[in-house]
Amino acid sequence: MSELSVNHLLGIKYLNKEDINLIFETADHFKEVINRPIKKVPSLRDITIANLFFENSTRTRLSFELAEKRLSADVINFSAASSSVKKGETLIDTVNNILSMKVDMVVMRHPNPGAGVFLSKHVNASIVNAGDGAHEHPTQALLDSYSIREKLGEIQGKKVVIVGDILHSRVALSNIFALKLQGAEVKVCGPKTLIPKYIEKLGVEVETNLVKALEWCDVANMLRVQNERMEISYFPSTREYTQQFGVNKRLLDSLDKEIVIMHPGPINRGVEITSDVADSNQAIILDQVQNGVAVRMAVIYLLASKIKQ
Amino acid sequence: MSQKLLLSAKEIDIILHRLACQLIENHTHFKDTVLVGVQPRGIFLADRIKDILIKDYQVTDIKLGYLDITFYRDDFRRGEKPLEANKTDITFTVEDKRVVFIDDVLYTGRSIRSALTAIQSFGRPQEIELLTLIDRRFSRHLPIQPNYRGRQVDAINQEKVKVNWIENGGEDAVYLINN
Repeated sequence: MSELSVNHLLGIKYLNKEDINLIFETADHFKEVINRPIKKVPSLRDITIANLFFENSTRTRLSFELAEKRLSADVINFSAASSSVKKGETLIDTVNNILSMKVDMVVMRHPNPGAGVFLSKHVNASIVNAGDGAHEHPTQALLDSYSIREKLGEIQGKKVVIVGDILHSRVALSNIFALKLQGAEVKVCGPKTLIPKYIEKLGVEVETNLVKALEWCDVANMLRVQNERMEISYFPSTREYTQQFGVNKRLLDSLDKEIVIMHPGPINRGVEITSDVADSNQAIILDQVQNGVAVRMAVIYLLASKIKQ
Repeated sequence: MSQKLLLSAKEIDIILHRLACQLIENHTHFKDTVLVGVQPRGIFLADRIKDILIKDYQVTDIKLGYLDITFYRDDFRRGEKPLEANKTDITFTVEDKRVVFIDDVLYTGRSIRSALTAIQSFGRPQEIELLTLIDRRFSRHLPIQPNYRGRQVDAINQEKVKVNWIENGGEDAVYLINN
């Protein structure tokens, strides 16, 4: 078996297609493992992983922690709210203090774009980026692609539209990199104010008409409007956003094909998608969550196998 | 590199029939027995044994699964190459079952040690036995012995035992290879 071309998972941008295939093949095995009566393997029993969350998270932190525990790694958790970061400690100092307790791998979420890259250059541990500001969220993009592959067989040639707040979304950027790398066609759709300038340079098309976008696509990845990252108003009202960019069952049923609906969570029900869409058979939102554990196990396993003894 | 034929296709066929008969002797109807081929190379032997039991001895309803031991091995991060995983395909639990592990070559015993741990993810078996085509008897690192053995081989550590199967793109044969 080949191995990953990288020692850290800092972003999809640093991966190649073979890396993604290797992660998916490994995730297939782990998906079988987590559906056994006993869902745990002893591979990483001599590895210690620190989960450093400088920004809130429920799903991602739980998913990483579960993935680590399913691999038998020792896990320590840290959230910025209850730490010395508040007392003025720098990121490198915080992490080096943790590493001096013999930690092999760091899973980090941080509000600043590039925090993972910065850390990887200054500390001696394998770094997994669990989201850095509006930059990248590589494991989310991997599990999204894995879920599309599972549902539709392959990514190559599939048409995917990412709908919503593209401007503030690390999920969107990582997904664009991952999908393009695997040969998908990608469009982004949302209010013009929430679509970054020059996004076409990434090889994606911009579509501001949701109906046209849905008629075109095989998969719609619905993003949440990230109110917490908005200092100014990007659209007049939530109601108007929903009318223009929300997906409801009536709209889905009016299409002449059955498209796949994805959402990275957390869902604002009734804003970007209605409840009947989120709970419909076309939505693979909970499959995404289950696949998240298998994909994260694969990433951690493959990175850990590169850590020198 | 020199190689010596240890077992020909004819000899392998005779041995597989003997092993199948020995299994029948101990397991009769295979009601509470499950066969588990150890990935990657044990699955060819496991398939053959199952076919012989069904076709030549009319044993019906045999449960056969494939067990991958990669994530249970004791040499993670110790080798030059990363460990390659294979598919585990076990659609039953082994709770209270009589499990027969099937692997082509028993060498150090470490693979079987891993398999003993791995199978526990599928329940608590009543007992576990081991069937192996080739038993390299002087090379063990662990106190593990087969219950059913095809042929005992006294090979030194530099020598390799290679088992070929038709299903694996060759002809049925076992070779002793000296590098």
